[in-house]
Amino acid sequence: MKGNFIDNLPKIYGLYTGGFIIFILLMALFEQLGMGADTIGILFVAFTILIYAGIGYLSRTMQVAAYYVAGREVPPVFNGMATAADWMSGASFVALAGGIYFGGHGYLAFVVGWTGGYVLVNSLMAPYLRKFGCYTVPDFIGTRYGGNLARLIAVVVLVVASFTYVTAQINASGTIAARALQIDFAYGVWFGLLGILLCSMLGGMRAVTWTQVAQYIVLIIAYLVPVIWMSNVQGFGIIPHFSYGDAVIRIGELEPVLGVGEAATESFPGRRILTNLHNAPGDAMAGWKFITLAFCMMAGTASLPHILMRYFTTPSVRAARVSVGWSLFFIFLLYFTAPALATLTKLQLLDPELATAVIGKAVEEVQNLTWVQKWTNVGMLAVSDSNGDGIVQINEFFMRPDIVVLATPEIAGLPAVISGLVAAGGLAAAMSTADGLLLAIANALSHDLYYKIIDPKADTRIRLIVARVLLIVIGVIAALVASLQLTGILGAVAWAFCFACSGLFFPLVLGVWWKRANRPGAIAGMVLGFLAGSLYLWYVRTGGTPILGIDHLRFGMVGMPVSLIAMIVVSLATEEPDEETQRMVDATRVPSGRAILRAEH
Amino acid sequence: MSSDNSANEARHWAKTRNLTIWILVVWFIFSFVVHLFAKGLNGMSFIGFPVGYYFAVQGSLIIFVALIVVQNLLQDKIDDEAGLRGE
Repeated sequence: MKGNFIDNLPKIYGLYTGGFIIFILLMALFEQLGMGADTIGILFVAFTILIYAGIGYLSRTMQVAAYYVAGREVPPVFNGMATAADWMSGASFVALAGGIYFGGHGYLAFVVGWTGGYVLVNSLMAPYLRKFGCYTVPDFIGTRYGGNLARLIAVVVLVVASFTYVTAQINASGTIAARALQIDFAYGVWFGLLGILLCSMLGGMRAVTWTQVAQYIVLIIAYLVPVIWMSNVQGFGIIPHFSYGDAVIRIGELEPVLGVGEAATESFPGRRILTNLHNAPGDAMAGWKFITLAFCMMAGTASLPHILMRYFTTPSVRAARVSVGWSLFFIFLLYFTAPALATLTKLQLLDPELATAVIGKAVEEVQNLTWVQKWTNVGMLAVSDSNGDGIVQINEFFMRPDIVVLATPEIAGLPAVISGLVAAGGLAAAMSTADGLLLAIANALSHDLYYKIIDPKADTRIRLIVARVLLIVIGVIAALVASLQLTGILGAVAWAFCFACSGLFFPLVLGVWWKRANRPGAIAGMVLGFLAGSLYLWYVRTGGTPILGIDHLRFGMVGMPVSLIAMIVVSLATEEPDEETQRMVDATRVPSGRAILRAEH
Repeated sequence: MSSDNSANEARHWAKTRNLTIWILVVWFIFSFVVHLFAKGLNGMSFIGFPVGYYFAVQGSLIIFVALIVVQNLLQDKIDDEAGLRGE
């Protein structure tokens, strides 16, 4: 039966995709028959969550290897899809295009950073960690450098980085669930958590893998369909990705005419006017800020445990490498669509020659548009005639960046079924990332802290029960923190990357690439890098002036050099690793042969 | 482990390391260098896009995907030549 399942994967997910498309068409039909947009939204969210929960239930297991690494039998293409869902968070889905819309060229550093990181994952990390045969990232640190202290510190860094990230994802799940199901945000958060736990609790990594594949299919359809549809309706070409260069240039011509850059004379909480030029790369400082942000996001990608652990689930080293390629390809599909979406939506709002334009129209006319009213009513949009001339200027149109993706179908006049689809996609993106993160934290605590450090004699049953209890406890704590709504979605996401790369990047890389790296060096690298980064974040957030433009989004630029220098200096000042460790490093570098750690450990 | 074996593994690792360095050089150019010169590159045009902009939204991304594919093919060859192909 098991072998059967793996062989039948293309058929199973093919049927699933077909079923989902039929569901969309059915909803479109219901809309024609007069079903309300609200009901359609509820059906989309309920239907998809039910499917994920079903997959989670079918994947239940009581085996350690299945719980921690999905039995190491996930084919590369499917692991690629699962990684893509694991990777693309609520922020990528909901906030990225809005960020590009408002942030201009500087913001594109996220697009470059969040894709280029996979080159580092492939060349420096994934194949070697797969050969090692670990269950978790601290498992590698603890075995390569030896000793419980190194393992424990790796667990701490992992928990801080992942926890920062997971609260943002639960927040996003809650927001989307609350809006689609028309319930209070406070309930939405718990509802989201329930869905997330249903996917992961019974089957651990195995269940998360197969739900993430399902979630990827939903989220990519939900992202691509509206953009391509909008492009066809508005006459931007059948596939807009390769032809929106004209739109970029046109926006560049319109910007000075419309006065982009003029400050607003009023303000609305959470909403912004467009002030950054769409394509203006700026001076040397802007270039430096671009590359430092991109580098932090790349190194963070290569250090975030919920991503690295996905490559522990493939059958072989070669399969791990192939699956990194597929991961980036599936991620690329969304990331090269986001700038197209941002550009075309902006053009639709700005270009007076288009019917959808709002800038330059009469204020009253714009305020009466259905989509403007809808988003104004929930406090996410505002049109105000600041100078009293009766015409909407660029600095009189206030919008929350997050709504660019959600409002695009409405701006372009697409049917309501598309909005339901987008809600399901956003929920899939947030849930899949939250699942991966929660599992990364709970697995590190149950495997590395409980089993390896506290009770190495614990039997399988107890280990897996502890793992599940921890999953629930951490989920509940994360939901509690999320319901406080401390930071915006994106701030917290960038921090997670900086925490991860400050503490883990060099200890992981040098563990494979530098035989001389030893335990004291790794401990110094993790502790000092992580502390330096965290202290600098604290300094910037408490009003300190950013040094060399390194602000709170880039504090990995402080943590990483400290980590590298500390690790090299301390390693060289102390004894070189024993012969056994050196042989272990040699064996890690050879793709064939047995894994370093036993299959069940 | 015989010395033949470890000499083979050492050669394999040297080749792997060189390949990785080349891949990272290309990665470095398209991650950082081209974006530092975005302003100048914007003066040129590629399939209708200003080139500096094109690299940030698409060009670098396509090169990253291709880079992983190329690295994997070359690494497969290195592994096979050394007889160290994993199962």
